[in-house]
Amino acid sequence: MTAPAQPPAGGHFISIVLTTHSTGNENPHMSQQQTTARPSPREVTVIDALRLADAGYRILDVRQPLEWNDGHIPDATLVPLGDLLAKIEVQVPDKATRLLVHCAVGARSARAVAALQTLGYSNAVSMRGTLKEWRELGGAWEAPQPLLSADQLRRYSRQLLIPEVGQKGQRTLLDSKVLLIGAGGLGSPSALYLAASGVGTIGLVDDDVVEESNLQRQVLHTTDRVGVPKTESARISINALNPEIRVIEHRERLVAANVERLIADYDVIVDGTDNFDTRYVLNDAAVKLRKPIVHGSIYRWDGQVTTFVPFAGPCYRCMYPTQPPDELAPACSVAGVLGVLPGIVGMLQANEVFKLLLSVGEPLVGRLLLFDALSTTFDEVKVWRDPACPACGEAVVAAGAGRSVAVVAGDAVGAVARSS
Amino acid sequence: MTSVRIPPVLRDSTGGARTVTASGGTVAEVLGDLFEHSPALRERVTQGGELSPFVNVYINDRDVRYLEGLDTPVGADDTLILLPAMAGGLR
Repeated sequence: MTAPAQPPAGGHFISIVLTTHSTGNENPHMSQQQTTARPSPREVTVIDALRLADAGYRILDVRQPLEWNDGHIPDATLVPLGDLLAKIEVQVPDKATRLLVHCAVGARSARAVAALQTLGYSNAVSMRGTLKEWRELGGAWEAPQPLLSADQLRRYSRQLLIPEVGQKGQRTLLDSKVLLIGAGGLGSPSALYLAASGVGTIGLVDDDVVEESNLQRQVLHTTDRVGVPKTESARISINALNPEIRVIEHRERLVAANVERLIADYDVIVDGTDNFDTRYVLNDAAVKLRKPIVHGSIYRWDGQVTTFVPFAGPCYRCMYPTQPPDELAPACSVAGVLGVLPGIVGMLQANEVFKLLLSVGEPLVGRLLLFDALSTTFDEVKVWRDPACPACGEAVVAAGAGRSVAVVAGDAVGAVARSS
Repeated sequence: MTSVRIPPVLRDSTGGARTVTASGGTVAEVLGDLFEHSPALRERVTQGGELSPFVNVYINDRDVRYLEGLDTPVGADDTLILLPAMAGGLR
């Protein structure tokens, strides 16, 4: 194998090539002359690496993503060493590209260059030296953005102390988008606590206006806003509590025709619907788009909460395959409800949302939580994925849907695919 | 006697009782005894002799559909939970 194959690009560049050395060979001309050079990685010093970068070498960072996040060279391409064989031809299709490969000190990049040479990338060199040297010698550097602003550090200080949250978790919450179906009894406590905790984007789907009879339980709304659309009233309350929350008003009723558009941009859906039509429409679309649903329902003194993570656990149709006739679904407006029940159930839903967004704890996946407010007891029943489920069963999986999700679900049921 | 938890939407069929007791060695027998005392429950919980698709029945925390259905054995210490789909939230 001959090296280097790359002719110098300009006069000043010759000196760089001259200081480029194959391992154990300090004579730069030797490499030009050798026709049977060992396929050893080629290395350059940091100072020469700086010149190569100036001369237009493309920079390849073979560190891990977490190292990259702690700071990196601007315009560098990240391909972790372990992914090199799989990804380099996509990232760098032209094998004649002049590549300056670096890692943290030069060990991984040397291995990367050796691998690159076997793949036919003949113009790759490894930087031997640390990124600290690179910065001290004036190399371009992109420092990590602070995760949180000073305001945010103060506002969220109490939850930043929780190990499962911390600054990274808070950043995750701020970058998260949660959609609440219904800005009513269940949506009110969820929205307020999600907003207070800094869930950055909250969408609200509701086409009702605030009525006086809502105020007994729907704590998002106020007496002076009777007659105001619920989404607008909710936005006012949410932003009074936390002005940095982006509130998206969807002043419409969720139906089959708009459901996919409504949920597509969100990470988690909170189901506070009041009827079976909406629930089944939402379930089927969420399974299709792989959006987790935190389900809550209430009736007088009884509440139910569960979390549906498509293909990782059951969906609503696994529990109840077909929609019950209307006479089996008494309207809550007839049945009546005390305000604390949706308060408690809505808050349990918010708790599920936090676990999903932060990938911590054990969400209620495959478990239906039953709350009896009169006896103040919680019970739990198991909910299985139904192999015959028309929404997420074996036939659906065999058709290709959900396979990728099912693979990752094993180790992180709570993990949520971010939509942004 | 097996304890049977009656969901709120079915309590008008049990005179408001939230928990009742019934005897029997299988789900079918316990439900049969239950229907003797609360006849209105029969058409709410079963359809043509089978469990209604709109009502789930659990023994303790297990859905009987994933056990032996109506033939699932029931012990005296077990709790049967009837759970119809609940319409839900509230506007």
